Amino acid sequence: MSGWANYLVFMIATGGFYALLALSLNLIWGGAGMVNLGLAGFFALGAYASALLTVSVGAPIIVGIIGALLAGAVGGYIVTMSTTRLRGDYLAIVTLGFAETIRLVANNEIWLTRGSDGISGIPGPLKADLGTWFNAACAAGTVAIVALVWFILRRLDLSPYGRALRAMREDEQVAQVAGKRILRFKIEAFAISASIAGLAGALYGHFNSYVAPDIFQPLITVYIFLAVAAGGVGRVSGAVLGAYLVIFFLESTRFAATAIPGLSPVQHAAMREMLIGLALILVLRWRPQGILPERIPPAPLGARASRPHSLGVMDATTRA
Amino acid sequence: MDSLLQAVLNGLVAGTILALPAIGFTAMFAVLRYPNFAVAAYATLGAYGGWMANAWLGWPAVAALLGAFALAGVAGALAERIALEPLRPAGALTTAIAAIALNVILENILRFAFGNDLRGYDLPLARDIRFGGLRIAPQQIENLLLSLAVMGALFAFLAFTRIGKAMRATADNPDLARLKGIEPRRVELLAVFVGAGLCGVGGMLLGLDTSIDPLTGFRVILSVFAAAVVGGLGSIPGAVAGALLIGVAEEIATLHVASTYKSAVGFLAILLVLTLRPRGLLGERAY
Repeated sequence: MSGWANYLVFMIATGGFYALLALSLNLIWGGAGMVNLGLAGFFALGAYASALLTVSVGAPIIVGIIGALLAGAVGGYIVTMSTTRLRGDYLAIVTLGFAETIRLVANNEIWLTRGSDGISGIPGPLKADLGTWFNAACAAGTVAIVALVWFILRRLDLSPYGRALRAMREDEQVAQVAGKRILRFKIEAFAISASIAGLAGALYGHFNSYVAPDIFQPLITVYIFLAVAAGGVGRVSGAVLGAYLVIFFLESTRFAATAIPGLSPVQHAAMREMLIGLALILVLRWRPQGILPERIPPAPLGARASRPHSLGVMDATTRA
Repeated sequence: MDSLLQAVLNGLVAGTILALPAIGFTAMFAVLRYPNFAVAAYATLGAYGGWMANAWLGWPAVAALLGAFALAGVAGALAERIALEPLRPAGALTTAIAAIALNVILENILRFAFGNDLRGYDLPLARDIRFGGLRIAPQQIENLLLSLAVMGALFAFLAFTRIGKAMRATADNPDLARLKGIEPRRVELLAVFVGAGLCGVGGMLLGLDTSIDPLTGFRVILSVFAAAVVGGLGSIPGAVAGALLIGVAEEIATLHVASTYKSAVGFLAILLVLTLRPRGLLGERAY
């Protein structure tokens, strides 16, 4: 394949990993009104879990991916369980610390993670059979998985479970009075979300055949917040759209920055990161609903049909 | 035994410096009610401000410290007014997320201007002072005294000046403070100015005996959060106690594990306190 085609395939795949991370964030931020500033940490957790299982243990790739899903969920469970009542400000601090601690462990436990050298030679599915088509097939597979997760999360969104999460986001006390078990819902939602981030990490590793601590910079978390905010907080399709927009934005600023003469590579990188931060603040300020604003699904047919009826009965009784 | 005592001594010195950004973070939280994650950049900004005053203009450390306070404080107040304040009606979490974005912007302005190179202050080298098997560098003593002086000034400001009392009143009960004719916006802006300024002073003191780079503040951010959470988010005396505890715990931990794990100590402390005593050691009272 030519250089440009390769580049495009690479971007489609990377956009897919970001889309999964954005779907993960959207579930808790958009769905339940919780925050995860340690997204990069769960991304890393999944990547390392799958890499270690397939490289060090020699397990098949599917086992590695299941391991990544579990590792994400367990990590999410631990983080939320220890953050009593899950107050937003504490959860923000704890998740931020979680990501940094994961990076520290990945950098220092050389016997397990090979430290800053990272783990290379992570197997890709059918790599030998596909040959030069491996990257394209992998990118297509990633897009298919994004579509699957999108479909599941959309179903979840429209289900009673999704409605309960939204109710919790809007008003915890009211949701509690309505008999929803807030804490359990929150912990579950966070664990599901974290396992999706873990899945993104596993796919990343198998696609690139290499993971290292420096890949999982906290800046990735900022990218994903930008993706979800720009796409539309609370809108499943918005998260996917936002992720690809962020990729497009990142890549076009890469070309734009090099077009400015007389700047060093460090200054190029600094300018791009500044633009990302600026974009996030501007979106939050001027377009908080994003490109695809959230649509609150109408109440199910049964509920709609019964309400006017019951009102009618009330009218009748008061008249009588 | 000596190594343990030495670790405690180093920890107390480190904790006293850590207390300044921790107070800044917790004070901003007490008044504005959102965690301002830009504290890392404010600390780094102060470190560079002090460094410019010291290495370029030749100011002595104490004067450079004022420069660090002013630069970080003004940057904090400006950023609050321009970027964060308009977002506050959207909720504390949205503001906190924007503060992270702000942190990225400020950090990269410094990276753009100064690059990733390490910079050192222009200070005379001095021999360590020894007493009874323990060592302490004169710079450490100076840092300790400077931190204590800044804290003393802050406590006097909060206890005796009219505007300081207004800040405490707003932290305690914003509605009541407004009824008493205190202008909340002025107090909020002042809280950010003082809070970010304290982060700046802390950042400069952190860099004084080592070196600075655009990640100077980010490296200690977990310890700062840990100090504030352990002491009780929003409590200034709590932040001081938390910082001393975290400082000592980190130094003792480095006797047993690689020193790179320092900030993991802060994370563990946060988890422990949130599990056992979520309101922190001294509770969430401003003062």
